[in-house]
Amino acid sequence: MTSDFPLYLIPLLPLIGAAINLLFGKRLSKDTNHYIAITAVGGAAVIAIHACVSGLWPLWKAGGPGTPSLTWQGWEWLHGAAGGGMGETAVSLKAALVLDPLSAVMVLVITLIGFLIHLYSAGYMAEDKRYATYFGYLNLFTGAMLILVLGDSLPVMFVGWEGVGLCSYLLIGFWFDVDKNANAGRKAFVVNRIGDFAFLLGIFLTFYFTKSLSFSGVRDGVGEITGSRIWGAPAQFWICLLFFIGACGKSAQIPLYVWLPDAMAGPTPVSALIHAATMVTAGVYMIARLSFLYVTAPTVMAIVAGVGAATALFAAIIGFAQNDLKKVLAYSTVSQLGLMFVGVGTGNFTGGVFHLMTHAFFKAGLFLGAGSVMHALHHAKDPGDIREMGGLRRKLPITHITFLIYCIAIAGIPPLAGFFSKDGILAGAFAFTAPGVPRFYGHLIWAVSSLASLGTAVYMFRLYFLTFTGKFRGDHHVETHLHESPAEMTIPLIVLGLGAMAVGFVGIPAFLRSHHEPLFVRWLSSGDAPVQALALHMSSSREWLLMAVATGAGVIGIIVAAALWLGGPRPAVVSLGNGLGPVKKLVASKFYIDELYDLVLVRPFRWLCMAVYQIVDRFIIETLLLGLVTTLVDFSGRALRLLQNGHVQRYMVVTTMALAAILWFGMRPSDEFTVQPVMGAQNTISLHANAHDYGTPNAPQRKYKWKCATDDPWKAGGPDKTCEYPNPGKYEVQLEVHDDLWGTSNKSSKLIRVGGD
Amino acid sequence: MSFFISLPHTLALGAILFTIGIIGALIRKNALIVLMSIELMLNAANLTVLAFARARHDNTGHTLAFIVIAVAAAEAAVGLAVLVGIFRTRRTSSLDEITMMKQ
Repeated sequence: MTSDFPLYLIPLLPLIGAAINLLFGKRLSKDTNHYIAITAVGGAAVIAIHACVSGLWPLWKAGGPGTPSLTWQGWEWLHGAAGGGMGETAVSLKAALVLDPLSAVMVLVITLIGFLIHLYSAGYMAEDKRYATYFGYLNLFTGAMLILVLGDSLPVMFVGWEGVGLCSYLLIGFWFDVDKNANAGRKAFVVNRIGDFAFLLGIFLTFYFTKSLSFSGVRDGVGEITGSRIWGAPAQFWICLLFFIGACGKSAQIPLYVWLPDAMAGPTPVSALIHAATMVTAGVYMIARLSFLYVTAPTVMAIVAGVGAATALFAAIIGFAQNDLKKVLAYSTVSQLGLMFVGVGTGNFTGGVFHLMTHAFFKAGLFLGAGSVMHALHHAKDPGDIREMGGLRRKLPITHITFLIYCIAIAGIPPLAGFFSKDGILAGAFAFTAPGVPRFYGHLIWAVSSLASLGTAVYMFRLYFLTFTGKFRGDHHVETHLHESPAEMTIPLIVLGLGAMAVGFVGIPAFLRSHHEPLFVRWLSSGDAPVQALALHMSSSREWLLMAVATGAGVIGIIVAAALWLGGPRPAVVSLGNGLGPVKKLVASKFYIDELYDLVLVRPFRWLCMAVYQIVDRFIIETLLLGLVTTLVDFSGRALRLLQNGHVQRYMVVTTMALAAILWFGMRPSDEFTVQPVMGAQNTISLHANAHDYGTPNAPQRKYKWKCATDDPWKAGGPDKTCEYPNPGKYEVQLEVHDDLWGTSNKSSKLIRVGGD
Repeated sequence: MSFFISLPHTLALGAILFTIGIIGALIRKNALIVLMSIELMLNAANLTVLAFARARHDNTGHTLAFIVIAVAAAEAAVGLAVLVGIFRTRRTSSLDEITMMKQ
């Protein structure tokens, strides 16, 4: 069930805003800059809500076959033919957009949270010199992200995918006058390119098998994929693996997560929008979008879940030892993204997307709260260092309350949003079964993920306690300047806080609601969309138990954190930390992963570049080629200089001789001739020499010699000749024209078919 | 035996004049003589063009001849002026000594 809707308006508005701010923004006032940007995103949000409420919702309510969706047909973007064993298939690709329940969730998250973050930015970036550029980039990002989620085909999605990657690069390096920031942007871009390359290969492979690129076309052609094998493995294994590597790059999973912590070099609202709420979840969205493909590849799903769980735990451990407010949040984001991948990897696609949505609220809120704290501390040497904070509770009341709400939400305490989504993922992991995957694998994933959740609660509350409780540990000058942020920054905090409390209720598990499927699950799995492909079947008692474990992990984590850090770092805890010495150093240095990459990848690459530079550039090009070319030019210059001697008469001699040569060769008579069959005579043709028609007719100095067949002798004759043949067949006719006056002659031959028809 | 000037005669005269001109232009060292030889070649060409025009009863050749005469006049004027200029500065009109073009 689909109907048409001008969906292009949703990404178009932010793109127009971006165009205005990037092209003319510097000539406008700062007020105009942010009015344009905020209005563009707000307009997109209004249109999106309208499309969902009055367009998609009734379709969904009505039920019926097929996925409920609104579409915009777009235009024909690419067309051509795909070759194959069975001849060519005409292929046409439309730049179409589609709003179905899955993209609706994403569009609402992007436009609503994006709107709040634009609003917040107006306060946070108020002092910045490149204000218009900042809002231009932010709008451009929103437009690209909307294209990514609304695209009806892999290439359209890829356009958005690259667009958000570009904006991420531009915004991470927004303050590029500091080297560190510019390098962080470059690192993000390069690491993302690795994933993008795999994504592209996945698209190519998909197209190779299905001859289609739109999602519906690929879904129809899944049979072509599952029927083929590459290198001994099923084709869907490779395709799904490639798409997952793409997702790893964008969504910061092992081994491509290293760019995200560095990405905190960008302005804090950017971290909230791009590196917490929207762009980094694109990988999860992509896998959910391709869920119909993933359910055919259980091995890859197990890999996805395993990588997700490993990332979740690994990043959580690193999060313990970070002392920068935003760095902790960054590792927390990596960890939570890992949980989302556990969700989609265990076939619990709705669970993954649900956590994506709730996480968008509380993690965006956490970053904005962190931004608010750093805004208050902007006199400090390093505003993000939590060792120099403490006791901000009284000075920043609104930031404090909202931050606490987000922390509770992310720790998974009922009834806040994080509880429902995290519990859903953990339960799904526990129940995970797939053909070829051992039963204990799901339990293992569950155990690792639960441990990661416990860790999340601990380090998030460490952050909270060290920042907001106890006494201020920074210097006095900074303390006197502490202040709550302006309204345009606190309002988004409050709204996101309400969101973090409320959004979880759309996904209350079935067993708590007299066994109705949660609204969120019904919304996503309507029609023929197998978004929850591997349904979990468990007894209520076991679900209660799992829920108790999940909640217990959160509570225990908070208690542990309170015991260690409530009221600021206690001497005993500090000495305990120092006692851990080498372990602490290892974790604080992020397990030396960056150094490892530097040693294994970056440095060999540099050496390779250096070798290529020395061999190709310095030796082959500069020494050999350049030397050779200069010598050649020098030598020929010396030789040709002899000709230019200034003696005008020698020039004239050369000119005259050249002219004579041209005339000599130009005067050769034409050797072309025409052939015509003779009417009424069998096997007879008449020939006519073209040379006769030029110059003086009957020129007596022209002599014509003809040969009717290869074996015949040459016969002198006039310009016209008739050849008779005994039998039909192919004969070679030759003509030689000689000019007595110039003493030149030309020869030509033609193969003639005589007789027959 | 009657004798009248036909096309081949005129063409032969043109060819002879052209050859004299080209040889003169190539081997004489006096720039003035070379200019005259070039003039001779132009007039030989004129003669040939006019001979064909007459033989073919085609007035295009006459037009061409007039253009050539005009060009020849202009060329002679410029050439002589250059020659006088060179003679004033270099005190010579020998082509072997006028080799500034190599710079």
